[in-house]
Amino acid sequence: MTTQADPQVAVKPAGSFKLSMLLNDTRYRSLTFQFIALVAIIATMAFVGGNLVRNLAEAGLNISYAFLGEPAGYDINQRPIEYDSQSSHGRAAVVGLLNTLIVAFLACVTATIFGVIAGVLRLSNNWIVSKLMSFYVEIFRNVPVLIWILIIFSIMINAMPAPRDFRGDNATSSMLFDAFAFTNRGVYSPKPILGDGSMIVIGVFIASIVGIFLFRKFARTQLYEHGKLIPTFWPSVGLFFVPVILAQLVLGSPITLEYPALKGFNFQGGMQIRGSLIALWFALAIYTGAFIAENVRAGILAISKGQTEAAGALGLRPNRIMNLVVLPQALRVIIPPLISQYLNITKNSSLAIAVGYMDVTGTLGGITLLQTGRAIETVLLLMLFYLTVSLLISAVMNVFNNRMKLQER
Amino acid sequence: MSDTHAQTVAFVRDTEIPPAPPPASEAGAVKWMRENLFSGWFNTILTVLAIFLIARFVWFAFPWFYNGVWDAASIRECRDILDGKTGACFAVLVDRWDHLLFGFKYPADGYWRPTLAFILMLAAAMPVLFSKFLPRKLMIFTALYPFIGFWLIWGGSLWVPLVVLAAIIVTAMIFRLVEGLEFGPRQILAGIVGVLAGAGLAYLLYQGATELWFISNSVSSGGLVAGLAALIFKVLSVFTFVMFIPMGIFVGYAIFQSAEDGGLVTIVTALFAIYVMLAYLLGPISGALNSVIPIELQAVPSRDMGGYMLCLILGTVCVSLSIPLGIVLALGRQSNMPLIKGVCVVFIEFIRGVPLITLLFVANVMLAYFLPPQSNFDLILRVIIMITMFSSAYIAEVIRGGLAALPKGQFEAADSLGLNYTQAVRLIILPQALKISIPGIVNVAVGLFKDTTLVSVISMFDIVGMIRGPIQQSTDWISIYWEVYLFAALVFFVVCYSISQYSQWLERQLQTGHR
Repeated sequence: MTTQADPQVAVKPAGSFKLSMLLNDTRYRSLTFQFIALVAIIATMAFVGGNLVRNLAEAGLNISYAFLGEPAGYDINQRPIEYDSQSSHGRAAVVGLLNTLIVAFLACVTATIFGVIAGVLRLSNNWIVSKLMSFYVEIFRNVPVLIWILIIFSIMINAMPAPRDFRGDNATSSMLFDAFAFTNRGVYSPKPILGDGSMIVIGVFIASIVGIFLFRKFARTQLYEHGKLIPTFWPSVGLFFVPVILAQLVLGSPITLEYPALKGFNFQGGMQIRGSLIALWFALAIYTGAFIAENVRAGILAISKGQTEAAGALGLRPNRIMNLVVLPQALRVIIPPLISQYLNITKNSSLAIAVGYMDVTGTLGGITLLQTGRAIETVLLLMLFYLTVSLLISAVMNVFNNRMKLQER
Repeated sequence: MSDTHAQTVAFVRDTEIPPAPPPASEAGAVKWMRENLFSGWFNTILTVLAIFLIARFVWFAFPWFYNGVWDAASIRECRDILDGKTGACFAVLVDRWDHLLFGFKYPADGYWRPTLAFILMLAAAMPVLFSKFLPRKLMIFTALYPFIGFWLIWGGSLWVPLVVLAAIIVTAMIFRLVEGLEFGPRQILAGIVGVLAGAGLAYLLYQGATELWFISNSVSSGGLVAGLAALIFKVLSVFTFVMFIPMGIFVGYAIFQSAEDGGLVTIVTALFAIYVMLAYLLGPISGALNSVIPIELQAVPSRDMGGYMLCLILGTVCVSLSIPLGIVLALGRQSNMPLIKGVCVVFIEFIRGVPLITLLFVANVMLAYFLPPQSNFDLILRVIIMITMFSSAYIAEVIRGGLAALPKGQFEAADSLGLNYTQAVRLIILPQALKISIPGIVNVAVGLFKDTTLVSVISMFDIVGMIRGPIQQSTDWISIYWEVYLFAALVFFVVCYSISQYSQWLERQLQTGHR
């Protein structure tokens, strides 16, 4: 027989194990590599951890989060919850976190508006408008956001009038509608004061929003099942305004507005929105808006021209083609990059530290770190905050994305 | 019928009438404007609004530029010259030009060095950027550039980068030599290297085991968490202690075994060679050469770097370092070994979940705790480490996209040709995956370059740091902002816009006709 099997191979049972198989047999080789990787990771941990322990011992420090309960001793100028200098470092961190979320939310909403408008207008057949929009996109995309934040902050501080310019008969500046004052200390706007029974008004408002949704759903079922087209726009507007105004009038105006007024050297009353918040908000919105505009444009271009032409053949007008045919389909392409833009806004809001807006980087990673000297603890906590927020945002947006996705069978 | 009619016609035209010009509203500029500017009431409103905005902008900006003062020593002098007119004070750019570009500590007589390094960098980038139009041989200059650039910017003895270069060349030669050895000598070499590497690894692991024991003892006091941590470290320490001899023997044996196909032994020998050369021979040899033929530039410590130069250094160094790291991370994330995949996923997702500022805080205040007590990594080096980690996570995700876009057939075809993993990745997978990922990598690079301004937050003096610190707080140029920030915006715009235009051009060039 020419095909005589090698006796050694034939005799050996398949399951027998040699040491060299750890290297040469693909079944075991990956285990070997992982084992070596594990040992390498442990060795790195030993190196880093040993250094950490030695360095801490040398500096006379330890790892402890007890400082979070100690009084912070510094003030925060923009605070959504009760806070004073006697509150703890932990509370300061929470105030900072809320400030981060506030500016991130405001910037996300504004950036989406800017981005969608600019993205749609960039595809407009109006030559001057589309050129203007590509100018906007290129200028803002290619310059660091930190520079935009600083430019807008400098404008807020240097180019806005001081409160004293509003004083006297020949004042150089005046308030907008007697309600808004744009000063170099920030923007003053009316502040709602909640009196007795204002909860009812707010309740009515929420109920009317729920009502709008129910009405629209009802209109849709009427359209799909009975073919009756019910106008939704004006009834929705009516539902939005009328019940609240009625409740406000019937209950004798429980919600009043407190207007800012110039007293002494500064404005008193009303709501002060600091220049740092405005600079951060506006810069993040306009910078990220440029990126979103590109995503929107790419999404619209991804919809084949046949869709637009088919809609045109059905006799739809251009703005209805955009709203009813192109944008709903483009949304599926737009949402995934939009998620990462929202994440970018949240992460970039940490640049607040450059203009002194007290977000979590400013409180926990700024003053608390400097006062307590606990670098490792604060920076780790800071990273944990951002990691959690990022993961939450992407989880929520992924759920939304899955609902918007084309249901394929 | 028709022929009777034809007889009544007395005249037949034998030439064509010249075509009449189209109506005035359907030709030339008028038509273009009707179609592109005033095609409906909505577009007309938009056009009028846009023209109004542009006019308003020009109305404000033109006098500001036109009246600009280029020659003044301070902002007061500038205002005196302007005498109440609107006008820019560009004199600050003239006065602080060097500070904006090089920072305020770089020796003034050495400004030609970074300038030359920048020009040479452009030249070195050309063969890579336009590889289709330039001869491949020019790539040698690109390969040499890191050494030239390092020497020009940081200064010191020329012999240091030259000896490092020589060490790398010698290592490459050793690599070739071992690869080409006969089986007998290679087995002897593998034996020697195996024993050395095994013993070295065992020693390192033994050190690690004692270190872990030390950590476990020092964290044991404290609450429940500390006790748990101490227990974990004890277990790890015992594990390492049990493993250090078998691991050493095993790795030594593996290297010895690899004499047959020669993969591992060549790599380990080359690593040995370069380690010995850099750790023990670099100092003496370059010192000796320098004392014989001294070629020196004034050495500049890296904390003296500043201005736009610092942004460019950070951007170039971090991007070039993070591309290989990103490739490794992306391949690790695609791997089917759960441990390696897990480590890569955790690293990438962690880095992508936190802002760059927190990583810069780590570099500024935290990293020193994790390094050996006597080591003095300066701030710029720590920042480079952290920014490289940051961008490598993003680049890894881009490359993972490229890898995922490859059809599975490519991997299977490589397997069926009998290529091993490294060969398949190097020759088949990466060239295609990287080509797909180029636009994404360029996007990350541009984003990273813009993010280098963030180092001003941890009190480094890049261009933004220079503006906010030494310029805006000097008595001469107190609180000047439009001119300097617009200048900073302009220099970033020029670089980022040209990179993105290049990327779009390259994308068109690389279209190989799929789709």
